[in-house]
Amino acid sequence: MVAKERIWELMEEVFDPEVPVLTVVDLGVVRDVNFENDSWKITITPTYSGCPAMKRIEDDILEKLKENGIENASVELVLSPAWTTDWLSESGKKKLKEYGIAPPVAEVDKSVLFAERPIVPCPKCNSKRTKMISQFGSTACKAHYQCEECLEPFDYFKCLK
Amino acid sequence: MDNALFEYLVRLGDDSLILGHRLSEWCGHGPILEEDIAMTNIALDLVGQTTSILKYAGEVEGKGRTEDDLAFLRYEREYRNTLLVEQPNGDFGVTMMRQFLFDAFRKPLFEQLVNSSDAQIAAIAAKSLKETKYHFKHSAEWVIRLGDGTEESHERVQNALNDLWRYTDEMFFTDEVDRDLESRGITFSMEDLKNTWQETVKSVLDQATLEIPTNGWQHDGGRKGLHSEHLGYILAELQYMQRAYPGMEW
Ligand SMILES: [Zn+2]
Repeated sequence: MVAKERIWELMEEVFDPEVPVLTVVDLGVVRDVNFENDSWKITITPTYSGCPAMKRIEDDILEKLKENGIENASVELVLSPAWTTDWLSESGKKKLKEYGIAPPVAEVDKSVLFAERPIVPCPKCNSKRTKMISQFGSTACKAHYQCEECLEPFDYFKCLK
Repeated sequence: MDNALFEYLVRLGDDSLILGHRLSEWCGHGPILEEDIAMTNIALDLVGQTTSILKYAGEVEGKGRTEDDLAFLRYEREYRNTLLVEQPNGDFGVTMMRQFLFDAFRKPLFEQLVNSSDAQIAAIAAKSLKETKYHFKHSAEWVIRLGDGTEESHERVQNALNDLWRYTDEMFFTDEVDRDLESRGITFSMEDLKNTWQETVKSVLDQATLEIPTNGWQHDGGRKGLHSEHLGYILAELQYMQRAYPGMEW
């Protein structure tokens, strides 16, 4: 039987279809790996309720295991505990920035109307003079920002707690 | 089968299903690109929440119906959404006002439901609450901006409020289903929810310099399956593919 560590290693080779520099482990989407009733069970959780990538992630995980000779596996989707950007790994945040997406920064309670926007440094030039263009970006997990120093428009992986 | 729980889940799921569909109609028609993306993102969250809720409803029912069966293959009278969410999009001000009145209800609702004695409802609520906070902030800020904006934007959102106000009471509709679930700790006081909603709405509308209509007349019917003529058109579009090509997948 393959070791559990091996399964986790293989998970590090499965990439998020929408942010292809992040693995599903970096993203914190893979919650658990277990061997029960002669089969591997991979537990995953969605980033957002309507995240269209979940089905694809599920297929990619099973495909990766199959390529490596592991046929007896299933993926289970759980909602609790709910995903948070706190689960993004440190290496994941670094990879995001190198890819041109600003990683999440600590934010005040989102329910406060017209609250100070968080300072999101530009992933290109590191300037803190940036502004939010839209709270909603190219995917549910991102907001749209622009740097006022180098004028680069960029995605911000918004904080979800 | 737990009839009350099934009924409750269908009410909860149909609200987000129908509003999600309404918002999706803005795709490619938003007043500015950023808002086009925002409204479709919110639609996606709502439809995603619906998926979890109706999936669970199907499990509770125990007849093998999936979330897709429930979303696409019921008849109009079997939908339990409030009349508010099926109202037409109108202009951007109408859509934001409808969204705000709904978000101001849905956010405290999920805040209650995270403590539900039903573990699956608590999980869905915890997940959905995080998204709903963003929706609320978005719609409330727009209501304030438009209300306290130009003469024209003020007039348009005031008219939207006047038109939509008569559908708000229905969100707090309570019958034996609610009383049963509340007695089991699955749901919580509708009275508390209504108080929270009224406080939030008043505070935001004050900031928006908008006046709450004084006309007391309120519609209901949606929770009992009696809908306005708009739902039929929505379902015709929503269900078209599954009716034309039964069982189709992609
Ligand atoms: Zn820059």
